[in-house]
Amino acid sequence: MGIINNINKAFDHRVRLGIMSVLMVNEYADFKMLKELLDITDGNLASHAKALEQAGYIVVEKRFIGKKPNTRYKVTSPGRKAFKEHLSALEHLINRSE
Amino acid sequence: MDSKKYLEDLSEIKDLMQKSSRCISLSGLSGILAGVYALIGAAVAYILVTNSGSPYLILDGYIFRLVLLDLFLVAFLSIATAIFLSTRKARKNGEKIWDTSSRRLVINFLIPLVAGGLYILIILDQQKYGQTGALMLIFYGLALVNASKYSLGDIRYLGYTEILLGLIAALFPGYGFWLWVIGFGIMHIVYGAFMYFKYDRI
Repeated sequence: MGIINNINKAFDHRVRLGIMSVLMVNEYADFKMLKELLDITDGNLASHAKALEQAGYIVVEKRFIGKKPNTRYKVTSPGRKAFKEHLSALEHLINRSE
Repeated sequence: MDSKKYLEDLSEIKDLMQKSSRCISLSGLSGILAGVYALIGAAVAYILVTNSGSPYLILDGYIFRLVLLDLFLVAFLSIATAIFLSTRKARKNGEKIWDTSSRRLVINFLIPLVAGGLYILIILDQQKYGQTGALMLIFYGLALVNASKYSLGDIRYLGYTEILLGLIAALFPGYGFWLWVIGFGIMHIVYGAFMYFKYDRI
């Protein structure tokens, strides 16, 4: 049952998995980059990013490049750990059912 | 147990990690063509120099300027072909060519290459000519190794090969021209063909 517990509800959505995947291999990603990679709307991305932020898995940095506001996201170390556990839980589940 | 959904999740995660960190639109065909241009360019330079009446390349002379122009044309055509074919490949796969990953690829490729290029120009200006071919191979190899983190990993091995050839050329300056032909001509064709058959021909 330990394995099932590692399936993390916070990641149980395509968009959230996507955001985490991109942030795991990039130092940071800005709003536009995530939006293009995941091919979703602004509102959709913002709400899922918010959920991950509230779980403490990512941090949001808002800053200005010249006069344009720029939002970028980074994964936190608890986020990195939780996502790795989630991935191995997924792999276990797949291996077991085969 | 909905393992099919989990499997899809995993493959999508892998795909996004790959796509967001590496520019994989690099075309193998452009490698082959770059090799062909280099061979033609080398042949032209060889004919120019052997027909110039002097066994040595006289610097600041007319022939030298033609050889430089030849070299520049090879570089220009190779880059133009790489951009054209990679853009076409990206469009075919429904990807954007100028995104964060390709920007990072270009920047990391250019840092060792520009540093090396400037260094070669500086020592040429100080009349140290013997190591030019070796230095071009070494710095190009370093640029490839550095860029391989942001593209198809295979180009790292092309980078190692170029560095090795460059070091050999440094040891035997007399064979610099032929090692240059192997490094920029033949190796591009070999690796380009390898990558073409591995990634492009699907």
